[in-house]
Amino acid sequence: MFAYVVRRVLATIPVMAVVALFVFSLLYIAPGDPAAVIAGDQATPADVERIRQSLGLDRPYLVRFGAWLWDILNGDLGTSIFTNLPVSTMIAQRIEPTLSLMVVTLILAISVAVPMGVVAAWKQGTVIDRAVMAFAVVGFSVPVFVVGYLLAYFFALEWDLLPVQGYTPLSRGVWPWLQNLILPAIALGTVYIALIARITRATMLEVLQQDYIRTAKAKGVGQAGMLFLHALKNAAVPIVTVIGIGIALLIGGAVVTESVFAIPGLGRLTVDAILRRDYPVIQGVVLLFSFVYVLVNLAIDLAYTLFDPRIRY
Amino acid sequence: MLRRTLLGAGAAGLCAASPPRFAIAQPAQARVLKMVPQANLTSLDPIWTTANITRNHGYMVYDTLYGMDETFRPQPQMAEGHVVEEGGRRVTVTLRSGLRFHDGEAVRAVDCVASLQRWMKRSPIGQKLETFVDALEADGDRRIVFRLKQPFPLLLSALAQVSNSPPFIMPERLARTDPFQQVREVIGSGPFRFVPREFNSGSLVVYERFAEYSPTPVGRPSLTAGPKTVHFDRVEWHIIVDASTAAAALQTGEIDWYEQPPPEIQLLLRRNRNVQVEAIDPLPLTGILRFNHLHAPFADKRMRQAILPAINQADFMSAIVGPDPSLYMTDVGVFTPGTPLANDAALAALRGPRSVDRARALMREAGYTNQPMRLIGPTDILAPSAMTQVGADLVRRLGFNADIVLTDWGTTVQRRTSREPVERGGWSMLFTSFSSFDFVDPSAHFPLRGNGANAWPGWPAIPRLEELRDAWFVAPDLAAQQRIAREIQEVTMDELPYVPVGSYLSITAHRRNLSDRVKGLALFWGLRRS
Repeated sequence: MFAYVVRRVLATIPVMAVVALFVFSLLYIAPGDPAAVIAGDQATPADVERIRQSLGLDRPYLVRFGAWLWDILNGDLGTSIFTNLPVSTMIAQRIEPTLSLMVVTLILAISVAVPMGVVAAWKQGTVIDRAVMAFAVVGFSVPVFVVGYLLAYFFALEWDLLPVQGYTPLSRGVWPWLQNLILPAIALGTVYIALIARITRATMLEVLQQDYIRTAKAKGVGQAGMLFLHALKNAAVPIVTVIGIGIALLIGGAVVTESVFAIPGLGRLTVDAILRRDYPVIQGVVLLFSFVYVLVNLAIDLAYTLFDPRIRY
Repeated sequence: MLRRTLLGAGAAGLCAASPPRFAIAQPAQARVLKMVPQANLTSLDPIWTTANITRNHGYMVYDTLYGMDETFRPQPQMAEGHVVEEGGRRVTVTLRSGLRFHDGEAVRAVDCVASLQRWMKRSPIGQKLETFVDALEADGDRRIVFRLKQPFPLLLSALAQVSNSPPFIMPERLARTDPFQQVREVIGSGPFRFVPREFNSGSLVVYERFAEYSPTPVGRPSLTAGPKTVHFDRVEWHIIVDASTAAAALQTGEIDWYEQPPPEIQLLLRRNRNVQVEAIDPLPLTGILRFNHLHAPFADKRMRQAILPAINQADFMSAIVGPDPSLYMTDVGVFTPGTPLANDAALAALRGPRSVDRARALMREAGYTNQPMRLIGPTDILAPSAMTQVGADLVRRLGFNADIVLTDWGTTVQRRTSREPVERGGWSMLFTSFSSFDFVDPSAHFPLRGNGANAWPGWPAIPRLEELRDAWFVAPDLAAQQRIAREIQEVTMDELPYVPVGSYLSITAHRRNLSDRVKGLALFWGLRRS
């Protein structure tokens, strides 16, 4: 097991190298020039060129890539072209809101979606099942920003129950922190709930047909115990897989959610950096996201062993 | 303890710790002002970049020797006054006493000299001034001496320049920074102190009142002139990119001021009795259609002139601000309407009935034979995007063999620097807009330059425009400047380095309990909460 974990962690290195090469190359060939944006409208071509030189943007591709890679290997993600701040500092400023949003969304989604899927499977063909499936279809189809605007309109503007925007750090108290995350988490979690509920239902339906479930029923195991202890545990592997895959959904959705609710997270940082062509920031954030994604997949793989003892690494 | 008891106690504690909702919905504390600025503040050096948001940041933190009042007359700001000697070839500006930087150091003449020297490398009017300067030196701690090769009548106006890198004064140690590198610290002597530990680009910018700031005793607050008296202890800029969210925050009182709501949001906000919607600047911005003079079809002056009969300024302006004619102006020429140099010379071509057929006939006469042309424009900046959409429709109706390329602003900015012909990725036409201050006079009026390869993208070579610009710089009085301005407009409307497509007001929205806002920019002195 330990050897497997070490192997998997080491395997992230080539993955990250490919991501680094890909991101750098993509940005290199993409149109846009930060020097022109900085220089402004009145700048002469000589001014723009001078800024480009001062930023090192006039150097050849391989030289720039080599220098960037060397800095990365030395733990330096570079400095933002515009703010002059280290990329690591900018990421550190933004990581808490994004992490908070994702954690709250995950907790909300799992705690709502799994019971929904279980109950839908248990009550297959009933009104409850149809309602859950209808929710899943709608939840999956309605864009995150539409859900966000609707929530903000009703809960903030009309009923004045929650703030419409912003983020309060956890250090200022649990409720102020949570208050700013409730609406974004619901908006971001809707699609995720739909996905997990659907998969949970499908997997549970399959498990509920198994002989051991019939045996458990025959032995007089209660409904709740049968559903959540016997059936759900055996249905967990595909559900956990979907939860893991869904992290990518969350990362993508966080960009939109952070915009709608003005949360100063990594998603907004990425979009802002792309619009300004702030290359070091884009590269740093994408590398971080890739790293997180690789780690999440590793965690999911390891989690399989908890639910299915037959799986060994 | 039962688990249920424990959970119940936890939930009760959470509720007890929660502030009631009404406390959150209340307006910000009386001494804190929260504003959503027009854009994200990314760079902090207003000499290094000309971004308007950085200029506004500059006015928070820095001060200038002279300020510009709303009639565009320079007034002493950090300066106590000045003396002109030797027939205008020696000008001595004296600093007010008691001025201090935010780090506690006194403001000295040597700081001003270093700041002006850096500014003269980047600002258009500063660059012009530099060609007149023989020597710029400090005479003691309070006197700044300009030794000029010849009189420069616009010296004080240059020192009071409102936009495009105003000559902000920094400590010498920072002002010695290469003008093409950013300063590493934000230390000014302005009415607010920047709080670096709370700066989170893309989210929050915080300023605190500078207790040791001493406002000029002269005049009244007017644009960047007059006393900069501050009535808030803390100003927060909250970057909210989503217009609907910013509007909702303004309506709920989570913020006090939304600098630039888009037109559809303005309509919504006008219906809220707690929100005041008004022009941030009584003077309008101006939209332009820029031609690329290097390549066909618009290298030919007759082709540029041919499309004039089809230009309807109202079409372009209503696309930006909506159909309300009180929000835009037509019959707009080269200079900002309502300013001293604005005039009506040679505007006949933009007046009267508009005719696409007439324009097509003129295009045929000019020899247009379906050569390809490319219109480039952004999709993510309101005014250029709206004008580009109208322009795209127009070039199609005119029968151009047009390629319409819409991208994000960053790509447009880069692409417009291409001097290649259309078939190699170049461009033929673009739309953009400039602030009222840019078009007040020829000094920073980039589309008006006719200096060919060194001109603003489009690169028109119109020597007469350059001669007139040079003459304007040394014009002895306003009457002479106005005569030159008329001729500039005549040459412009004949040679067409660009076509003015109208002017429009920039609208701002704030809570109705804010009063005494200084008009022109997002300025925070004078402003108070009732």
